[in-house]
Amino acid sequence: MPYNSALVAPMREEMVRMGAQELTTVPQVDAALGDQKGSMLVFVNSVCGCAAGNARPALRLALQHSVKPQQVVTVFAGQDLDATSRARQYFADYQPSSPSIALLRDGEIVHFVHRHMIEGRSPQLIAGELTKAFEKYYGVAV
Amino acid sequence: MSHRLSGRPLHQDRHELHGITVVLDTRSAGTYVGRFDSQDERGVHLFDVGVFDPAQGTRDEYVRRSVKFGIRVDRPGLTIESAEVARITPLGEIEL
Repeated sequence: MPYNSALVAPMREEMVRMGAQELTTVPQVDAALGDQKGSMLVFVNSVCGCAAGNARPALRLALQHSVKPQQVVTVFAGQDLDATSRARQYFADYQPSSPSIALLRDGEIVHFVHRHMIEGRSPQLIAGELTKAFEKYYGVAV
Repeated sequence: MSHRLSGRPLHQDRHELHGITVVLDTRSAGTYVGRFDSQDERGVHLFDVGVFDPAQGTRDEYVRRSVKFGIRVDRPGLTIESAEVARITPLGEIEL
């Protein structure tokens, strides 16, 4: 059962403040991820304080880097169930976890950050790994 | 009133591995990958657990696959007796 919407509202707002587009419905997911062009980061948000509590600020830090994805979108696991399920169909090779982060380029997943790569790590460390991936996969104009 | 959500330690009274995805190897050559919840007199409690099946390859291959592609959950929860636990390693510390 999803958490109370009032509880998760600040977690949604945190994503929107850093420029992410929320995808809360299946059509929104399909519009964003179907026939995706250029570079895109998909953040699977989560209520979990242990991991998501570090992942969101890590992403905020990483998005201040000079090289970053052209578009950032987010779905909320455990909240927007259909939208999250649909988004995960685009990552079918990867087992679901939340929070998690997928980097896409022209519809292909080029890098995936699972929950276990976030747990127990500081936002700075996670951001450092993310910016390395940005440089590796988005370092040239797409 | 400010809402400082990110970075807030929600489970300060829990085991240091609480919430961490671990590889748990047993003395009887079993391997499980799951989210550590707690440890008590009944043993180690894991959630969302993948169970290594030797028919699918080696233990190391299974762990590497879990690192790269995530954990295929076979059991929603599992308790392993503490005396059976040979080693617990955070999955995030395993290099490919």
